[in-house]
Amino acid sequence: MAAPLGTGAFTEETGQEKQDAQEKDKAIPPERAEEAKLKAKYPNLGQKPGGSDFLMKRLQKGQKYFDSGDYNMAKAKMKNKQLPSAGPDKNLVTGDHIPTPQDLPQRKSSLVTSKLAG
Amino acid sequence: FLAGFGSLMQDVLWCFSQVKGTLDTGVTEADIISTVEFNHTGELLATGDKGGRVVIFQREQESKNQPHRRGEYNVYSTFQSHEPEFDYLKSLEIEEKINKIRWLPQQNAAYFLLSTNDKTVKLWKVSERDKRPEGYNLKDEDGRLRDPSMITVLRVPVLRPMDLMVEATPRRVFANAHTYHINSISVNSDYETYMSADDLRINLWNFEITNQSFNIVDIKPANMEELTEVITAAEFHPHHCNTFVYSSSKGTIRLCDMRTAALCDRHAKFFEEPEDPSNRSFFSEIISSISDVKFSHSGRYIMTRDYLTVKVWDLNMENRPIETYQVHDYLRSKLCSLYENDCIFDKFECVWNGSDSVIMTGSYNNFFRMFDRNTKRDVTLEASRENSKPRAILKPRKVCVGGKRRKDEISVDSLDFSKKILHTAWHPSENIIAVAATNNLYIFQDKVN
Repeated sequence: MAAPLGTGAFTEETGQEKQDAQEKDKAIPPERAEEAKLKAKYPNLGQKPGGSDFLMKRLQKGQKYFDSGDYNMAKAKMKNKQLPSAGPDKNLVTGDHIPTPQDLPQRKSSLVTSKLAG
Repeated sequence: FLAGFGSLMQDVLWCFSQVKGTLDTGVTEADIISTVEFNHTGELLATGDKGGRVVIFQREQESKNQPHRRGEYNVYSTFQSHEPEFDYLKSLEIEEKINKIRWLPQQNAAYFLLSTNDKTVKLWKVSERDKRPEGYNLKDEDGRLRDPSMITVLRVPVLRPMDLMVEATPRRVFANAHTYHINSISVNSDYETYMSADDLRINLWNFEITNQSFNIVDIKPANMEELTEVITAAEFHPHHCNTFVYSSSKGTIRLCDMRTAALCDRHAKFFEEPEDPSNRSFFSEIISSISDVKFSHSGRYIMTRDYLTVKVWDLNMENRPIETYQVHDYLRSKLCSLYENDCIFDKFECVWNGSDSVIMTGSYNNFFRMFDRNTKRDVTLEASRENSKPRAILKPRKVCVGGKRRKDEISVDSLDFSKKILHTAWHPSENIIAVAATNNLYIFQDKVN
């Protein structure tokens, strides 16, 4: 794409021109190439880019689901096994995953003074 | 010392002034700075962090003995603004992270600021106490009650000087008005009202009234399945108290006039740049999402930040921005991995300098960029401990995109994406900037000759 006024440093322009030259041969803008990469990795990725899924996830931030019945059933079922622990921040996890006290992040407030004030 | 004010890019040399925070190799999450804001005179600089704490720095008086030190910022006050909460009714964990701080203009000896987390806005009063009453009749200096029968003489208590104490007290708590997460607060030019914006709604408040809030924008669809965009930022016009703008995740900006209707769902102006359909990709909408919108000081322009660019819009032209600046276009060929590591969702802010001639925004690798609107020159600088010698001039940085890498350049693949500069602030009238680099706050000033 044409570089508008105020583009970055000289080096970046040269690099971009080289890339553009290469791409003119392929006629694939870098974004599309990246998109192809992503779709190759995740073929089941939703058809609605930047649509509801992202937004719903954003709106759901902070939501924690817990069912005491599920929790106790799982504990009883898995008496001899390790309870499955939470993956890294998956807010929309429900069902099979049973949170344990170890999974929950510490919720103590910062009673320590900020280090910026040190 | 207005020498640097509005000067051309090539004349301004930025120097290291101060850095706040520790050099810990591991960063405690609570220490991550989440907002930075100068007050209207630039005398005070406030920061908020993920731990819900606010630290306010005050500029020291300039001393004739050390004219080259243009007033350093020292800690003035610090307090716990917000605490983590749990909404049991909705099973919602509410972070204490301070999303935004906005100062009120000073009207008396005390300072007032608004600080907000995802759900609650608070008005804090920061005031000084440098005198205390002494000579009470019924109690002694330790506060112990005196035996009344031993009192033979009446004295009049007097105010005596004491060591300066700065107190921060919460004067108002504006709670329970937001179902979704607050992303912006903005003080109105009438100094009587302010707005708070969440993903789907914007509310108008009167500073004196905490149990009522007026909804002025509501974009929640009747059926949530139809949700296509959210509000990402909002701000009042600096002079016209009836006008405000809000930006969306679809890269659009709406300007609303509160005089036309009680509920400003119908915009007065709609700013959108037409998209080149041949460029459309999976990432298009995500990278067009506006993460910040700021009016110029003049009120004639708005600046928006999306993932790869900063744009300046003239309020009188809705169909395209008047200026577009590439912040880090080399990331366009890294979008796949930036999507995988969630960096593509990073929300960078942008700021104007006092004369609206230069704009600044952050990037990765602790780089930040400035664009001079007049000369069209730009510079990339770095906030790092290596460049932290007093008054050391910052050397411009360059990112190399493929091809031969020159000695001082850094290649795109070597950039540290965990070092992101999301929050910066520019002094209202001088060339002094505050740059938040994760858990450290850097203050840079232009070189004094």
